Amino acid sequence: MERLFKIKKGLDLKLVGEAPQTNVREAAPGKEYAVCPTDFHGIQPKLVVKEGDQVLAGSPLFVDKATESVRFVSPVSGRVVAIERGERRKLLRIRIAADNAQVAKDFGVVDLSKANGETIKKLLLESGLFGMLRQRPYDVVPSPLEAPKSIFVSAFNKMPLAASFAFTVQGQEDDFKMGVKALAKLAKVHMGISPEQINTGILPLEDAEVSVFSGPNPAGNVSVHINHVDPVNKGEVVWTMAPEDVIIVGRLLRTGNVDMTRTIAVAGSEVKDPCYLKVKVGAALADVLNGQLETTEHKRIINGNPLVGCKSDANGFLAAHASEVCVLPEGDDVNELFGWIAPRLKEFSTSRSYFSWLMGKQHPYAPDCRIKGGERHMIMSGEYDRVFPMDIYAGYLVKAIITGDIDRQEELGIYEIAPEDFALPEFVDSSKLELQRIVREGLEILRKENL
Amino acid sequence: MVKNFLDKIRPHFEEGGKLKSFRSVFDGMETFLLVPNTTSRVGVSIHDAIDSKRIMSFVVIALLPALLVGMYNIGYQNYTAAGVEAGFLEMFAYGLAVTLPKIVVSYFVGLGIEFVVAQWKKEEIQEGYLVTGLLIPMIVPVGCPLWMLALAVAFSVIFAKEIFGGTGMNIFNPALVARAFLFFAYPTMMSGESVWVSTDTFLGLGNQLPDGFTMATPLGQAGAGVEVTTPLADMFTGLMPGSIGETSVIAIAIGAAILLWTRIASWKTMLSVFVGGALVGLLFQACEMTALTWYEHILLGGFCFGAVFMATDPVTSARTEGGKYIYGFLIGALAITIRVLNPGYPEGMMLAILFMNMFAPLIDYCFVQRNISKRAKRAIK
Repeated sequence: MERLFKIKKGLDLKLVGEAPQTNVREAAPGKEYAVCPTDFHGIQPKLVVKEGDQVLAGSPLFVDKATESVRFVSPVSGRVVAIERGERRKLLRIRIAADNAQVAKDFGVVDLSKANGETIKKLLLESGLFGMLRQRPYDVVPSPLEAPKSIFVSAFNKMPLAASFAFTVQGQEDDFKMGVKALAKLAKVHMGISPEQINTGILPLEDAEVSVFSGPNPAGNVSVHINHVDPVNKGEVVWTMAPEDVIIVGRLLRTGNVDMTRTIAVAGSEVKDPCYLKVKVGAALADVLNGQLETTEHKRIINGNPLVGCKSDANGFLAAHASEVCVLPEGDDVNELFGWIAPRLKEFSTSRSYFSWLMGKQHPYAPDCRIKGGERHMIMSGEYDRVFPMDIYAGYLVKAIITGDIDRQEELGIYEIAPEDFALPEFVDSSKLELQRIVREGLEILRKENL
Repeated sequence: MVKNFLDKIRPHFEEGGKLKSFRSVFDGMETFLLVPNTTSRVGVSIHDAIDSKRIMSFVVIALLPALLVGMYNIGYQNYTAAGVEAGFLEMFAYGLAVTLPKIVVSYFVGLGIEFVVAQWKKEEIQEGYLVTGLLIPMIVPVGCPLWMLALAVAFSVIFAKEIFGGTGMNIFNPALVARAFLFFAYPTMMSGESVWVSTDTFLGLGNQLPDGFTMATPLGQAGAGVEVTTPLADMFTGLMPGSIGETSVIAIAIGAAILLWTRIASWKTMLSVFVGGALVGLLFQACEMTALTWYEHILLGGFCFGAVFMATDPVTSARTEGGKYIYGFLIGALAITIRVLNPGYPEGMMLAILFMNMFAPLIDYCFVQRNISKRAKRAIK
């Protein structure tokens, strides 16, 4: 029987423009795709292609300088048309013009019953799917030289406007199970599911220990699962993989090809026709949003969901870990008078100094991207803890990060968290601190210190 | 329209403009008028609509009932002492006229310092003083002269707040530091029997009371071992001598309801202050060490006001949820203990809160340390 965890702290946000499950489309093959090394944290990219090179779907584009066996591959076959660099020649994007006839590199079909951990790891490394793993601590791409204590997969996401995995997995349950089976060869797999998923096709899972997490967002965050099931201690390593990527692993085992197709949600109040879209990772956002926007002025295109996703634009490409593309009003053209006292009925707030508590939990909001206040020192207490369902003092940890006190960060549990866990605290924070950035920078400093 | 006006005058305040030394004032006014429309760069794209301006505004709103009743009470005390019949409006107008200069001075001096500091540090103006600036006139006796108030405000804003880094970084509640400053620097003007009733006419309102008129607060009477003459009903409504905003339990209760409903104040802190005060009051009553019953202790003096508006200050109180119970309980307990055991101080709330402000980090330390050692043990296992 599955273990049940009831998460009490948190906050479900209901936003206008959720993708309805009745509206599923297949994206037309795009002309151009791109892979962004900046989507993968903790690696130093080293290019293995030049402009003009011909690549297959599954051919490496760049590797990690420190461990060159960790590869990152092209989602499509085609020609490398541009290598974009930013300040100090930082590698930003590798753009590939897709061939009309797609050819995928063949990695051979693997018989799972005979394969052992080493074979699987080698296959994942060669096919670039190892790079889709993330590890705790630090929320970075793991090193293949270290053995993880366990691998956690969260099969649901409660972030606002997020794609429902229970829906997108439909029809691909076998690939998903096969992916889990393969991961189980590497380490013990813990699967976290929501109560609604108990009687769906992804169960039974013989190869994983399944736990059920009920409650509001962030009940679907994998850190919450790790913290409740098997917390990370200093010196331990846990790997995590997004469920969409587990399907891609299963697909690789079944067909021998890397097929980075994902069903993402195209959502948000500014999207004309919110839908689910089958599309390859790295697709141009212009293709993803084809015909969905009246204009891109004063609109924000987000690679991912509004809480965790990155700000992008119409020239962007679907990020490696994004399972949705959202468009919200930017709000830089809005001027509200006397915000400190006006009733502001259309604004959502967890504070009862606004009236959103009157509207009920199901009332959808269409917020814009204004910060709606100035940055201050941390004033209120307990704000973060109300939406942070882990046995960690979030406010104290953030203070330890800001002051750069590494010993204290360790003591307070920094090894157990990822920036995404601070998305909700950042949302509710009345002092408007950029918590996810602060945590990411803190993790980076700590990782360099511990190398 | 407002936007256009602000856009027009903005260049003067920017670097190189004629009025660039007033940039912080301009920023302050702009964000006061319009919600800033800067959008997030990194991290979450959407934000909760709450910000510190809204929070501070609601605390000010919560303070208003106590302030209004306090104004009326000033008039009431003056007219009653003079034995003159007067209507509600007349009494209120007198109270307003006496109180308003205090509020104006407090804001003028305090916000002036805040503006200067913000300009110097090139930061936005912090809203914390909106609350402090109203609290200070409410916790001083009506007889406190304006120059004294100005001095206390300047002292507390500079030495209790700004040297620590501003709102959010201070250890002690700035309003209480201002009161403590007055209490120790000018003790004759802050306690005793001559400062609680306004004795002069003001703008043609009110009555001139004879020189040397005295009227003790109920706590002062109890401290001096005299019988308390205030009836219980007056303790609720607040028609008794006392600091301007502290007397009316009913008005404070309205403020408390606003603070608790909006969750700006922690119910844990507030409740435990009352529990602590009531238990210790009961104890002293049982030992017959005090002339007042436990509920009179809670109704009188600054106890309710302190419990609702001062102890719950999120910056200076305990920040851990468990710590809030202990912090609040000890404030209540200490306040009554000081009142009963120390004949020099008829009121103990101010010292109790300041004392616990000092110990809040220690309480938090214990709770955080418990979490740390739990994690450390887990790692060894």
